[in-house]
Amino acid sequence: MAKSKNSRRGFLRGAAAAAIGAPVAMAQQAALKPEASSAVPEVTSNQRPGADFMVDVFKTLGFEYCAANPGSSFRGLQESLITYGGNKSPEWLTCCHEESSAAMAHGYFKVEGKPMMIMAHGTVGLQHASMAIYNAWCDRVPVYVVLGNILDVNYRRGNAEWVHSVQDAAAMVRDYIKWDDTPVTLQHFAESAVRAYKVAMTPPYEPVAIVADGALQEEPISEKNLRIPKLALSAPPQGEIAAVRQAAKMLVEAENPVIVAGRVARTPKGVELLVELAETLQAPVRDQRLRMNFPTRHPLAGNADLKNADVILSLETQDLWSSLNNQTGLNKFGMEFRRTANGKLIDISAVELNYKSNYQDFGHYLEPALSITGDVEATLPSLIEEIRKLLTADRKRALAERGAKIVDANRKARERDRELATLAWDASPISTARLSAELWAQIKNEDWSLVSTDNFQSAWPGRLWDFTKHYQYIGGQGGAGIGYGAPAAVGAALANRKYGRLTINIQCDGDFNYAPGVFWTAAHHRIPMLSVMHNNRAYHQERMYLQMMGNKFDRGLGNSDVGTALTDPFIDYASIAKGYGLYAEGPISDPKDLGPAIGRAIARVKAGQPALLDTVTQPR
Amino acid sequence: MRTPFVFLTFLTAAFLCSPVSAQLKPGNVDNGKRLFMFNGCYQCHGTLGQGGAAGARLAQTKLTQQGFIAFVRNPPPSNMPPYRAKIMPDQELVDVYAYVQTFPVPLNPANIPLLKP
Repeated sequence: MAKSKNSRRGFLRGAAAAAIGAPVAMAQQAALKPEASSAVPEVTSNQRPGADFMVDVFKTLGFEYCAANPGSSFRGLQESLITYGGNKSPEWLTCCHEESSAAMAHGYFKVEGKPMMIMAHGTVGLQHASMAIYNAWCDRVPVYVVLGNILDVNYRRGNAEWVHSVQDAAAMVRDYIKWDDTPVTLQHFAESAVRAYKVAMTPPYEPVAIVADGALQEEPISEKNLRIPKLALSAPPQGEIAAVRQAAKMLVEAENPVIVAGRVARTPKGVELLVELAETLQAPVRDQRLRMNFPTRHPLAGNADLKNADVILSLETQDLWSSLNNQTGLNKFGMEFRRTANGKLIDISAVELNYKSNYQDFGHYLEPALSITGDVEATLPSLIEEIRKLLTADRKRALAERGAKIVDANRKARERDRELATLAWDASPISTARLSAELWAQIKNEDWSLVSTDNFQSAWPGRLWDFTKHYQYIGGQGGAGIGYGAPAAVGAALANRKYGRLTINIQCDGDFNYAPGVFWTAAHHRIPMLSVMHNNRAYHQERMYLQMMGNKFDRGLGNSDVGTALTDPFIDYASIAKGYGLYAEGPISDPKDLGPAIGRAIARVKAGQPALLDTVTQPR
Repeated sequence: MRTPFVFLTFLTAAFLCSPVSAQLKPGNVDNGKRLFMFNGCYQCHGTLGQGGAAGARLAQTKLTQQGFIAFVRNPPPSNMPPYRAKIMPDQELVDVYAYVQTFPVPLNPANIPLLKP
């Protein structure tokens, strides 16, 4: 480690000598009159700290924001960022929990398409952030993690800095990040920081971590000729052309092909390409809704039957195996299953480029007939082109006839959905269909963005709303780690803010309670967003599991609310939200009250304020 | 070819495994509602049987009482756990079925402005 005469190490030596040699009163006096004590070390410098150079590096990478809960191990970096860096590009976002920081970055990326930086202690902060980083890993989202750490024992002041220090800070999350480094010089930091960004942004996108050593941050810059490498992003990997031609042949010859979309669209172009593929093939698209892949009201969008498919095109899907196989109810957690879809499987995915062993997010081996390793969005243009080359006039006519049948079936299914939405229309608790319809009525003429998954509302937004643009839906947690929803929504709303979009978050109550302080972050940073609490007052999925277990062993159902119900007392979310600085109303139990309340809340959101409506809802 | 197999298995279960005793009383709607809520049926199927991602629609079910009981005892592969007689006796399922019969019919979406396409 290079040292200067104004080093913090010198300060520590001086401070220690003063503490040992002087009585408390004298020490206090010395603190009041530092110039009177010869033990007071050189604590100021007109040189620049290393953290300033780190900020220079971050600025070249184009970060808009840095989300963090403050911490001593990166205090130098924080001070440089907000003072030397002018607190912009990146701007500091004050977070109340590191899990919020990471999940905000997760949600932000899925709207904006570029990473957000977060900071955390290499120990306790990262421990908080780790689940949210795992979600981002499973969801193929790059989060740029900067970890504070004090490696050199002589730089650690007291217990807090010992318990916050670690030999290998990124080790804790190395199983679910793509790359990390612990630079030991500023030049090393610059190179690794730029490399980390490049690695994170090469599909499959994933989180990365870079350790900012405390001494490196806080010591004056002594290295000469520092330079920042120029970032050059990699072109995404494309499927090998011979395999793509084979896939095109299989798809053109198929009588009942089905396209299953997982994480297809990395950019707005991905949505256009999937539409082009489906229309060229006149094939139905079964969207797993892990991203905004395909317009929900497109005539070819629907819940296509995989059992009758002769070719299934899997486009970076997640757990497709469960859609190709059935497990018996009694053996849900066992080994008994039966293949129900036997069409030839073509699998295109870049995820295989970045497999790791420990965490099992890769799912069952799918036994594809043809496997193409490559980024889906980058591979679709050549696949579409190869399909077009093979389409004869006769084949086009056949495909058009097939398409007409699919379109008709999907139209009927959509009509049926509207009919089913009327069931429990006036029920209290409010049905999720009614809630979705009330929201849609008031946002459909706006430039809107739904930043929560609709899985927990029986997909009613997807069934009733007209999703067309890439930012109108961002999928879910990825790793099913609950606590993602609220902070990811705030991050996504932040990305939407500069475009003037109306952000809607259907917020699950259980999820909210993990780290609700992120609503204060939204209020503090003036991030407008309407959150509608899906307040079903229980962890219903887990309650159902308890019932399943109780049934399995004939032990009854009466205890299933123990540990799963969020009652006694009911949680007053409107009061909580008001306390964090949001506009809030509720609880709302009568569906007739919902529409006017949504109108009032949207008016506040349009004025720039986050708002929450606490609606008491059906479980799903 | 597996669908007919599953269907036949289900029918067999419906008519052989769960005969409803002739001594059972007519269904009690109030008790059926109580059981529907207490036993957590509403969590997947909704308080008015509207169904959802986790459970099938029960409103306007085409199942007969006997078929309903057979279904609950031996559901086809799904998230639905089997409820054996020790957990829910036939009489209780008769009561729940009576409650299920009270669920409202779907409205005409054309008459609901919020549901116009």
